[in-house]
Amino acid sequence: MRKIAIASGKGGTGKTTVATNLAAVASRGSIRVAYLDCDVEEPNGALFLRPQIEEKRPVNVSVPGVQEGMCTGCGLCREICQYGAVAVVNRNVLVFPELCHGCAGCWMVCQTGALVESKRTIGRLEMGRADKVHFVQGILNIGEAMSPPVIRQVKTSAMDADLLIIDSPPGTSCPVIESIRDADYVVLVTEPTPFGLNDLVLAVETVRMLALPFGVVINRSDTGDGQTLDYCRKQDIVILAEIPDDRRVAEAYSRGELACDAVQDYSAVFASLVKRLLKG
Amino acid sequence: MGKKQQELVIISGKGGTGKTSIVASFAALAGKCVMADCDVDAADLHLVLDPQVIRSESFSGGKRASVITGRCTACGTCAEVCRFDAVSFDGPSNSRVEKTFRIDPVACEGCGVCSWFCEDDAIDFGPAVNGEWFVSETRHGPMVHARLGIAEENSGKLVSLVRKEAVNLAEERGIGLVVIDGSPGIGCPVIASITGADMVLVVTEPTVSGLHDLLRVADLTRHFATPAMVCINKWDLNPQVASEIEEQACKKGLRIAGKVRYDRAVTKAQISRLPVVEYQDNGCSGDIRSVWESVSSLMQST
Repeated sequence: MRKIAIASGKGGTGKTTVATNLAAVASRGSIRVAYLDCDVEEPNGALFLRPQIEEKRPVNVSVPGVQEGMCTGCGLCREICQYGAVAVVNRNVLVFPELCHGCAGCWMVCQTGALVESKRTIGRLEMGRADKVHFVQGILNIGEAMSPPVIRQVKTSAMDADLLIIDSPPGTSCPVIESIRDADYVVLVTEPTPFGLNDLVLAVETVRMLALPFGVVINRSDTGDGQTLDYCRKQDIVILAEIPDDRRVAEAYSRGELACDAVQDYSAVFASLVKRLLKG
Repeated sequence: MGKKQQELVIISGKGGTGKTSIVASFAALAGKCVMADCDVDAADLHLVLDPQVIRSESFSGGKRASVITGRCTACGTCAEVCRFDAVSFDGPSNSRVEKTFRIDPVACEGCGVCSWFCEDDAIDFGPAVNGEWFVSETRHGPMVHARLGIAEENSGKLVSLVRKEAVNLAEERGIGLVVIDGSPGIGCPVIASITGADMVLVVTEPTVSGLHDLLRVADLTRHFATPAMVCINKWDLNPQVASEIEEQACKKGLRIAGKVRYDRAVTKAQISRLPVVEYQDNGCSGDIRSVWESVSSLMQST
């Protein structure tokens, strides 16, 4: 199995476009393809792949549960918690589950059984098929702050496939790390503008820190300026594809259509990208 | 009348809809405001506002654990108690054992449970430097911005800090408005940027993704009881989806602040390192001006 993560520092550069088109085009050959939407705060892959969802499952995280009347007020739980998720007032323990990171410290140090491990639902998983693509997406519940546990669940629910495509959230912080950390290869999608370049540099620092092999796709390559190409050349970064701006592609995207279906020549662009990514 | 400073936050749900270009233009149109770049893991506002940094500070949002190799007896308790798969048995040897345990700083969640349970006092648990934050002067007013370290945690705390410093600065200098550039998504940095703010402007685009993400953001602002308006950027790329957005936004009780046409001048302005309203007067700049007028008049009336 080859795991390819599609990421970018800046949002809106075309991650989902690249990820969904790659999945669709690759699945039309003879290999088994899985698509994982790890952008669980704003998952958009389903709008383009239009999967039949066959299974839904809640995503639960561990949080402390309170057993009434057992607390002796020792305060060890409050002392170990780094997140302010536990408070002790007299002989009562109070928990703030939305601040909890699920480290298990509080119920491990509790000597009286006043705190025990319990579960809380923070999102859900949806699994199904989009033609021949095995599809998984995670959806974070509104108001929940922490997406990494949902991302972790998406990744452990992937079926066996020859090519696994991970659609990552934008940025460079913990949700991105969780999405890409065990990938075999990372595709960084950018656009040749000052904002695009600034955020590409951050994304490159991130994948280099994680010691992951990577290459760059420059989307809307004929807009903007030449700085991004110069940067990639100077840094010896592989350019996997340059995709020119095309009104037909933008319109297809706006309607939720795959570029490879809407515009004939784009199918070939993604087919050659698939070939290149499978080679390693 | 509540507090003297009003906070306007620009977010989008979906990335790349034009948040930062709109914030930069608002800064130019507001006359006097404090700007806060709360998109701390991919900050871009500084690229068009040419900030001169007058103060920089390091940011520590939490702690981090690391094994003191010399004291490790390789008992393995740390690996057993860690819930984040951050401990591995591949550290260097010491005088007692051939291999020690090691904590991956990227995977470490800073909970300290390993250090609590280590019987050999072999885990150091101290403050982590997660980033930097800055106060700068720009030609449109002061700005507070930050840079979260690569692969760092605690972006929500850094966002709260940037916001707080921006409000303090506004108070010090007698400026009534803080304009906040938010991050994409609906998770911790976004929640930290909108809770308790006076107004949220959601910048969206006329695509099925833009609409989908707007609706989730609308639920988020309602969840935290923050008033919100919508700006449809690049609306003429698909007028049909744009009117669908207007309809759905109305149903959610969101007011439309205005629509901005698609204009290649936005990219050209960015390359010239200018907010687009300073780059040209016509085209999308006129649209942005009228969005600004409706946002600011609504804020003044609240």
